[in-house]
Amino acid sequence: MTTISTPEAAPAGGGTGKVRPFAITLDTASSLANKTGAWRVERPVYRDFLPPCNDACPAGENIQKWLYDAEDGSYERAWRTLMRDNPLPAVMGRVCYHPCQTACNRGKVDEAVGINAVERFLGDEALRRGWQPDPCAPDTGKHVLVVGAGPAGLSAAYQLRRRGHAVTVRDAAPKAGGMMRYGIPAYRLPRDVLDAEITRIEGMGVRFILDSKVDNISSELDSGEFDAVFLAIGAQVGRRTYIPAGEAARILDAVTLLRDVEDDREAGADAADQLMLGRRVVVYGGGNTALDAARTAKRLGAEEAIIVYRRTRDRMPAHDSEVVEALEEGIQMRWLSTVQHADAGQLRIEKMELDETGFPQPTGQFEDLAADSLVLALGQESDLGLVDGVEGLTIEDGVVQVDEQFMTGHPGLFAGGDMVPSQRTVTVGIGHGKQAARAIDAYLRGEVYQHPERHRLADIGAINSWYYSDAPQQVRERLEGARRSQTFDEVVQGLDADDALFEARRCMSCGNCFECDNCFGVCPDNAVIKLEPGKRYAFNYDYCKGCGICVEECPCGAIEMVPEMS
Amino acid sequence: MTTTSTTPTAAPQQSGGRTRFYQVGSFAVGNRLLPEVRSLQSSRERNNTLTSGHRACQGCGEALGARYVLDAATAAAEQAGGSLVTVNATGCLEVFSSPYPESAWRLPWLHSLFGNAPAVATGVAAGLRAKGRDDIRVVAQGGDGGTVDIGFGCLSGMFERGDDVLYVCYDNEAYMNTGVQRSGATPPAARTATTQAVGDAPGNVFGQGKDVPRIAMAHEIPYVATATVADLHDLERKVTHAMGMHGPRYIHVLVPCPLGWGAKSSHTVRIARLAVESGLFPVFEAEYGEVTGVSPIRRQVPVEDYLVLQRRFAHLFRPTRDEQTIGRLQALADRNIRRYGLLGHPEAVPVLNDEATGATSTLGARADLNDAPKED
Repeated sequence: MTTISTPEAAPAGGGTGKVRPFAITLDTASSLANKTGAWRVERPVYRDFLPPCNDACPAGENIQKWLYDAEDGSYERAWRTLMRDNPLPAVMGRVCYHPCQTACNRGKVDEAVGINAVERFLGDEALRRGWQPDPCAPDTGKHVLVVGAGPAGLSAAYQLRRRGHAVTVRDAAPKAGGMMRYGIPAYRLPRDVLDAEITRIEGMGVRFILDSKVDNISSELDSGEFDAVFLAIGAQVGRRTYIPAGEAARILDAVTLLRDVEDDREAGADAADQLMLGRRVVVYGGGNTALDAARTAKRLGAEEAIIVYRRTRDRMPAHDSEVVEALEEGIQMRWLSTVQHADAGQLRIEKMELDETGFPQPTGQFEDLAADSLVLALGQESDLGLVDGVEGLTIEDGVVQVDEQFMTGHPGLFAGGDMVPSQRTVTVGIGHGKQAARAIDAYLRGEVYQHPERHRLADIGAINSWYYSDAPQQVRERLEGARRSQTFDEVVQGLDADDALFEARRCMSCGNCFECDNCFGVCPDNAVIKLEPGKRYAFNYDYCKGCGICVEECPCGAIEMVPEMS
Repeated sequence: MTTTSTTPTAAPQQSGGRTRFYQVGSFAVGNRLLPEVRSLQSSRERNNTLTSGHRACQGCGEALGARYVLDAATAAAEQAGGSLVTVNATGCLEVFSSPYPESAWRLPWLHSLFGNAPAVATGVAAGLRAKGRDDIRVVAQGGDGGTVDIGFGCLSGMFERGDDVLYVCYDNEAYMNTGVQRSGATPPAARTATTQAVGDAPGNVFGQGKDVPRIAMAHEIPYVATATVADLHDLERKVTHAMGMHGPRYIHVLVPCPLGWGAKSSHTVRIARLAVESGLFPVFEAEYGEVTGVSPIRRQVPVEDYLVLQRRFAHLFRPTRDEQTIGRLQALADRNIRRYGLLGHPEAVPVLNDEATGATSTLGARADLNDAPKED
């Protein structure tokens, strides 16, 4: 006889042989029989969003991932994550203008995470411990020529070599590094750091041919020696403007000044003697190069270095951190001024005013400014002589035009860095090199590189900052302005391991689960399943009622409510 | 007076006491970097004393609170080599967890009447004593109706007799099970089915109701504590501490009720947090009638930030803003802050004006100022 659990069929004591207490007609059971998931109109879903730091990084680094690796002290793993996108972390931790930190959501909670400081720590740690890059892929038999050993060229060479291609890098200068060596002063980027990171790329089997300017790329293309060519010659020529000048006026351009200082340093000569800048140096321009030139002049012994700029400080293209450092070093600024005429020991300055469009207009008011030399820092141009006569290649506004694959109009000829339309920073160059290398790699296999679909951007509104402890940014020590303006010693110091760890742990992991267990803990229905460490969580939709507490209490906004499909 | 701080203990490899700045202090349920400050709820082996399939509303704060409390209490009992029995008053918690013949409880559980849970717990404790079973501990629990009003005499008697029972009140500030009627724990100005938002003084009357944690303290019992579902670490610590003591103990847990308070189901934990951060719900503990610790406010907010998320207070803002009543509620919060010394958190930040919204808040990023649903 079967058990039928109804009062009629189950008299007290039961005809089933089952004895139940008085007035009890049903077997007790667990509430698990009740699938409350049916109540839902929306369901929570775990997502991976694109964090704002990664989104803002011109080199496309997976910043959040390497911070996550570094958080538990796995510095080598973090460095390897970083190296997938950027072969120069120690350089980057010194010269990058860290747009990631501008974008960092933590900046809206207390202060942005010191991403750049942690990157420098990882880069220095790698050099200290002699970590070597991951082994390259097996040789493909393909050979790529890279012209220019600046950030874009080095980055492309590194990425192509990683993928198993043979790479030859040619550069006109006696040493590799491009503007990192000949444009960025040593007080921002010590040369031993740069050398060490370039040597590491060389150690992977990239061949460098230096002191060897490529004058005509067509012959290289036609030689049949290379399966693809990447041009990254930069913008090395100081832009000139016509300034009426007397016979004896000493005028030089900033790019040449910075390069000469580097050459003299290399040769062991005294740059101050060679350059004869005099006691009062005026730098004309408002970009980072202008600031570097003024700060360098000061270090070469100029008593006064004055920057003359047509617009106001807020319109200066230079990065604010550089402006601040320059002011600390006693560099003077003359805003809303243009150089009208240069004479020996004297400049004539015209005052400007901004019109409603923010463009400076002359006022007709003049004043004189004593100056022993005038340094022009009005931007740079590329010397594009080498691409003359290349079929299909177009030049606009003095830069080579490329498609989204960084390929010029000539098949197999790619270009990147300062010589293509870009922002012209080291990090942008690194990014161009990486993207071009991916495209070249696909091209060599007869394919076209397809970028995987970008994740949606993590939303600051989804961050629940309550769960993050307040933690002020760890500040890197700097030499004091007065002390540093006399020497080329490095201005900014690195973080120690404790501070770097601390800084890495300030990351809020925007938009990507970091296993804080909040969802698992706050679900009133136990509908969150905690998986193995590293595997995150899953929802048990049988019981999830769709209340949304997990979404609300997820610190990093990695859970999203989506409507139930009927 | 000592200060209960929610900051984790120093990790061994760190020095200088800076560890409280780790990526997540112990504010979150778990922390992969700080295993020593994980809560019990972060463990896959937690008891889940209240299991899935119960019929509580979406986002029920009481279901959450009950699991937090009983998981911690059973863990403490098991740690001592014993086990736990619980006695439940009538109310939401009993109704949604045990519709005959199903039960969501995974521990011995008794239910008798609405008003006698403390008395039944007394009997259970006496029976166990008679049988010489000192390994089985007794926890009694009920909502605010069954505790603050209907079972109040029984509760006071239990305190007086010195019975070895931990009584936990899940306070959702009204009789929710029967349709949101006012209880002695309903805050002033709140709209309930029996205190309608009509007339000169809409909502619940000021100056009525009672503060049971303080009444419990007046019995000079070994332990009294308040807690919320928004600070899990604090709640677990208090339950564990209470389980380590004998005699009558009382824990009063604020558990927001989305349905009765007219709040979004996703806001349960947030509202509990705002109740604390505004000062309206003081979180403290006391032994033998003496306050021994408080959870100081970390990011102070005006009471308005708490009120505005709940339809039971909607009449304070619509159709016109009732400045006077909001001011009276703020005065209550300020009195709590003075009474328990709730300012002075190591991470406290002053109240700031948010330029973007004009609202005054420091609770989190703009997420906390944005009451629009996320889908918008």
